[in-house]
Amino acid sequence: MHPQRKRRLTIILFLLVGLGIAVGLVTYAFRQNINLFYDPSQIAAGEAPADVRIRAGGMVEEGSVERDPDSLLVSFNVTDFKHSVTMQYTGILPDLFAEGQGIVAMGKMNNDGVFVADQVLAKHDENYMPPEVAKAMKGKSPAADTSTN
Amino acid sequence: MWQFFHKLGSPKWFYGIASRFMPWLLGSSLLLMVAGMVWGLAFAPPDYLQGNSYRIIFIHVPTAFLAQSAYVMMAVAGIVTLVWRMKLADVFVKAVAPVGAVLTFLALFTGAVWGKPTWGTWWIWDARLTSMLILLFLYCGVIALGNAIADEKSSARAVAVLVLVGVVNIPIIKYSVEWWNTLHQPATFKLTEKPSMPPEMWVPLLVMVLALYLFFGWIACLRMQNEILYRERRSSWVKAIMGTGNARASAKVTD
Repeated sequence: MHPQRKRRLTIILFLLVGLGIAVGLVTYAFRQNINLFYDPSQIAAGEAPADVRIRAGGMVEEGSVERDPDSLLVSFNVTDFKHSVTMQYTGILPDLFAEGQGIVAMGKMNNDGVFVADQVLAKHDENYMPPEVAKAMKGKSPAADTSTN
Repeated sequence: MWQFFHKLGSPKWFYGIASRFMPWLLGSSLLLMVAGMVWGLAFAPPDYLQGNSYRIIFIHVPTAFLAQSAYVMMAVAGIVTLVWRMKLADVFVKAVAPVGAVLTFLALFTGAVWGKPTWGTWWIWDARLTSMLILLFLYCGVIALGNAIADEKSSARAVAVLVLVGVVNIPIIKYSVEWWNTLHQPATFKLTEKPSMPPEMWVPLLVMVLALYLFFGWIACLRMQNEILYRERRSSWVKAIMGTGNARASAKVTD
């Protein structure tokens, strides 16, 4: 290669690597702000600030969903399979909300250690499959029964 | 001597080659797009959790995928512009940037439409969605900067530098779902593992991605041809083409 072009190419590559490192460090420093939500372990470890609106997310624990018969109040446990947090929400849940399904909720921890949510969003994973396959794999788990959505 | 030839000859050579490839690109792209669309929307099985609403994946994933790979192609062309000072590379960047912007917009739009019924929200400031929005702004910035500088050479260099600076965003988009907690799910397709969906879903998706790649190739050629005709409007070969009344070419040259 022509020496001048070689020099230009090296400069560009150095700049790109430097830029990459700089952006990498910045995003690493901001990682707590970039994370959309706290998982139950972080909340249990006290990493989540108290009395501030935060997002918390995880998997809805099987068999933990309790609906109040007279109102739209729902309570359920959200877990990351190490710790779990009890959440309360008043309102209509998204269609994909189900036991064993991931959710992200926005709200505050109250004094009893219950997370009072004012918004619940459903999170779905990267796995797609036809309903028959899901039924065959999961047997009679609640997630497979919501296929009519 | 060789340099002189290279600079003058290359755009003309490309113009001719592109004309020969373009009908094939367009034809195969439309064929695959119709096939993939019908297959994906009508024949692929519904998802166990999302039912039929997941079918927007057949548009969402190809546009998002191509929006990013178009940017990577632009970055490679940017390096070529800066190191080899090749005109055609800058022609490529200028021609492709609006296409990339449209693809990014489509990916964001279909994502919002998909997000409302599945997640329960049109938009959330999570790392994946935000970095994709930044990609849209980068494309807009490239278009604006390219148009802001009148001098062809300095415009080419400035745009190439901007494109290269922006390329750090691409790995951020790609790995955002793994590095941070996001509402967006991780990638269904990974280079090293089997896709986490059955073949009757990913084959039509792959067909759609291929179709969009071919379509991108066609529209890139078309826009590059326009750009070349405009830039070389004073050269004899363009005048010769104009003289024969090439309808496609006259549109850009008159502006």
